[in-house]
Amino acid sequence: MSRNQDLHRNGLEGPAPEERTRPVGRRNKQGIRVDPDVEAEHEPRRTIISAYVKDEPGVLARVSGLFHRRQFNIESLTVGPTQNEGYSRITLVIEEPEPGIDQAKKQLNKLLPVVHVRELDAEPVARELVILKVNGDEPDKVQAITEMYGGETLDAGPRTITVQITGDEGKIDDAIDAYEQFGIREIARTGQAALARGEEETARVDETHT
Amino acid sequence: MSGEQAQAPQDVETTDAATEDIETGADAVVRALENAGVEHLFGVQGGAIMPVYDALYHSEMEHITMAHEQGAAHAADAYGIVSGDPGVCMATSGPGATNLVTGIADANMDSDPLIALTGQVPTEFVGNDAFQETDTIGVTSPITKANVFANDSETVGTDVGTAFALAKRGRQGPTLVDLPKDVTKGVASEDPGTPETPDTYNPPETADPEAVAEAADVLAEADQPVILAGGGVIKAEASEEIRAFAKEHEIPVITTMPGIGSFPEDHELSLEMAGMHGTGYANMAITLTDCMLAVGTRFDDRLTGGLETFAPDAEVIHVEIDPAEVSKNVEADYPLIGDAKAVTKQLATAMPRSPACDEWREQVQVWKEEYPMDYAAPEDDPVKPQYVVEAFDNATDDDAIVTTGVGQHQMWACQYWTYKEPRTWVSSHGLGAMGYGVPATIGAKLAAPDKDVVCFDGDGSFLMTCQGLSVAVRENLDITIVVLNNAAIGMVRQWQDAFFGERHMASEYPWIPDFDTLAEAFGARGFRIDTYDEVEEVVEEALDYDGPSVVDAHIDPGENVYPMVPSGGDNGQFALSEDQL
Repeated sequence: MSRNQDLHRNGLEGPAPEERTRPVGRRNKQGIRVDPDVEAEHEPRRTIISAYVKDEPGVLARVSGLFHRRQFNIESLTVGPTQNEGYSRITLVIEEPEPGIDQAKKQLNKLLPVVHVRELDAEPVARELVILKVNGDEPDKVQAITEMYGGETLDAGPRTITVQITGDEGKIDDAIDAYEQFGIREIARTGQAALARGEEETARVDETHT
Repeated sequence: MSGEQAQAPQDVETTDAATEDIETGADAVVRALENAGVEHLFGVQGGAIMPVYDALYHSEMEHITMAHEQGAAHAADAYGIVSGDPGVCMATSGPGATNLVTGIADANMDSDPLIALTGQVPTEFVGNDAFQETDTIGVTSPITKANVFANDSETVGTDVGTAFALAKRGRQGPTLVDLPKDVTKGVASEDPGTPETPDTYNPPETADPEAVAEAADVLAEADQPVILAGGGVIKAEASEEIRAFAKEHEIPVITTMPGIGSFPEDHELSLEMAGMHGTGYANMAITLTDCMLAVGTRFDDRLTGGLETFAPDAEVIHVEIDPAEVSKNVEADYPLIGDAKAVTKQLATAMPRSPACDEWREQVQVWKEEYPMDYAAPEDDPVKPQYVVEAFDNATDDDAIVTTGVGQHQMWACQYWTYKEPRTWVSSHGLGAMGYGVPATIGAKLAAPDKDVVCFDGDGSFLMTCQGLSVAVRENLDITIVVLNNAAIGMVRQWQDAFFGERHMASEYPWIPDFDTLAEAFGARGFRIDTYDEVEEVVEEALDYDGPSVVDAHIDPGENVYPMVPSGGDNGQFALSEDQL
C-alpha cells in the first residue's frame, strides 16, 4: 500500500519544543532529584538480606525467580529449616546500589510465603562453609594450611585430600588462595548463612508464625 | 443401611439436593465462587477442567463459552475493571492454560482483579510430561499476584476463595488456582465459606498521620501543584474523594492512562492524560510542576518518559498501597503508604489551606489554548480517525464504556473521547496486548448490561481476536465495535516513519478482509465508512442495532498520533508533528 504524501499533513498546532519553558532541575537515572552539577550515582553495596518464610513447595523457586526477573545481582542464596516447624530462613547476599537493595526487600516482602524480611546490619554473625579437593602430593603442607585456617580434613587418599573450612566470606576466599599452590581439583561452597548479632532477633515474627 | 441406599438415587435425581451438598473438590470450587458472589465465568472447556465444568451444571452462575482462552482472560479482565470485582476465567491444562497467559500478564501489569482457574493433569502424572501437561504454576508465577497448586480435595474450595480474596484486596491483581483432575474429582465435605486473605497478607489502610500532615503542609505551600491520578484511584473507588479534593483546593488534575475517568475531562481543572501521547498541556504541567500529588500510580515509563527530565522540579507526594512502587522509578519525597481512598480523605482533613497558585492555574489555561487537540479539520476524504471517535462520543451517553485494542486507535480513543466517569475506559495499558478489544468488549458489556459499550479497535488488533464475534452473537450482546482501519499496524508504522527511515517492514497489510462482511458471516451487523458523508448515519445505525455490530471505518492512513514523546524522551519536549521528532 503506497502512502499518499498529500495526506501526510497530520500533526497539531502549538509552540515548538525549543520555544517552551524548561524546568530548572534534573533527576538521575534512578528518578532521584539531583543537583545538575553533581550527578551522584549510587555505588553498589554488598549486603545480607534475611527472609523468614513459610516452608511451602516452590518458595525457593519464587525467591530465586524474583531475583532473576528483576535483575538483582545475587551473590549467594542459602535456605534451611528453622527451630519453628513449617518455617525456613533464606539468607541472600546481594550487591546492589541503595535503591536496588530497597527494592529487593520490598519485592521479597510481596511474596505471600514470606513472613519477614530484613537487611542485616553491618556486623552480622555470618558463616560459610567450603569443601576443597586438592592434589595429595604434599600432605604435610596441606595439613599445615588446614590447621592455619582452623579447618578439618574430611578425606585423604594417595592422590587427593579433601578439607573443609568455615568462616566469613573473606576467610574462605583467603583459604582458597592458600590452597592454590597444591592444585585445586574441585570446590563446593555453601553460600552464607547469617543471624543478627547478640540479643537482636533476625526475624521479628508474632506467635502465629512460630 | 438399606434406607440410605434407597435414598441415594433420589438425591442424585434431585437437582436442588445435588447443588446443596458439597461432594467433590469441583463442587467446593463452584461453591467458593458462589460464596464470593461470582455471577459470570469466562472459559473454554477441556479435558482436565471437565470435573469443574460438570459441577457448574447446576450452578446459577452464568458461564460464557469463549472462542479462545486468551479471550476468556481478557473478557474476565474487562469484567473486573468495569465491575470492580474479580473477573473469573477458566481453561483446561496445557494449551488452555498457556492461552490464558497473555490475559493474566495484562491483568498483572494493570493491577486488574482477575482469577484464573486452570485444569491440571492428575497429581500422579504431574512432572511426567503427560498429555496437555504444562507447569502452569511455573509459567504464571512471574505474572500473578499469587498462584497455588491445589493438592487436596478438602481444601481446594478454600484455595479458590483465598485466590478470589487476594485478587480483590490490597493492590489488586490476577491470581490463579491450578486444579489437578484427581483433586477436583476427589471427595470434599466442607463448604469453603467466605473468601479470606491469608494471615501473611496485610495491606495498609491509612497512612501515617504525621507523614500525611507533613505532605499536606508541603502541598499547601506549593506554587505550581498538580494531582496525578493513576489507576489506583479507580481501583480504590477514590474518584469521588480526588474530585472533591481537587475542586476544593483548585489543583489541576492529570491522569495516567489507567487513571482515565477518575476525573471528568470536561472540567476546567482537567488536563487529561500526560506521557507519550498525552496532551501538550498535561505534559507542560507535569514537567514544570513544583509539587505533585501522585495517587495510585507506578510511574510507568510511558508516563514518565526519561526519568532525568520527569517533573524534575517537583517534590513528589506518592500515595500508594504497594510499598514496592514507592521510589521504584521516581523518588517519593513524601511516601504515603495506604489505600488511595483512605489516604485522600486523610489529606483532605490535614490540608491547612489551599495552595496559592492563581498564576499557575492561569498558566495551565494558557497551555490549553496553546496546545489544543485540534487535528486537521475534516475536509476531504478519507476520514480522520479522531472524527469517528468524536462522532461516537457525541452519540452515546456520558457513562458509555469504551474498550480498545492496542495501537494508534487506542490513543485516538483516549485523546478524542471525553471521559467523565470511572470504569468507563477499559484498555490494555501496561502490557499493550493487541487483541484485547473484542473479548474485553464482551466482558465489559456483561458487567454493565445497561450501558452503551463501544470498542475502538485497529485492523491489526481486530484480526487477532475477531473470533470473539461468535460469542457476542451467541450471547446477543448489544455492543458496537469500530475498526479504525488504516490497513496497517499503524503505531509500528508511525515509529518506522519517525525512527526507521520510513521502511515499512511487516507493518502494512497489502490485503485485508472486509470487516463488515466478516461481521455478517459471524451473524453480526456489518457497516462500512469510507467518506465523511457516511459517518453520521452509520454511527446512528450501528448504535441503534440491538446486537453486536462492526463498523469498518476506512480512515486516513497518513494520520499519526500526536503529541508524541519518543520512548525515554523529555515530556516537556513533546513533538506536535513528525518534523519535531
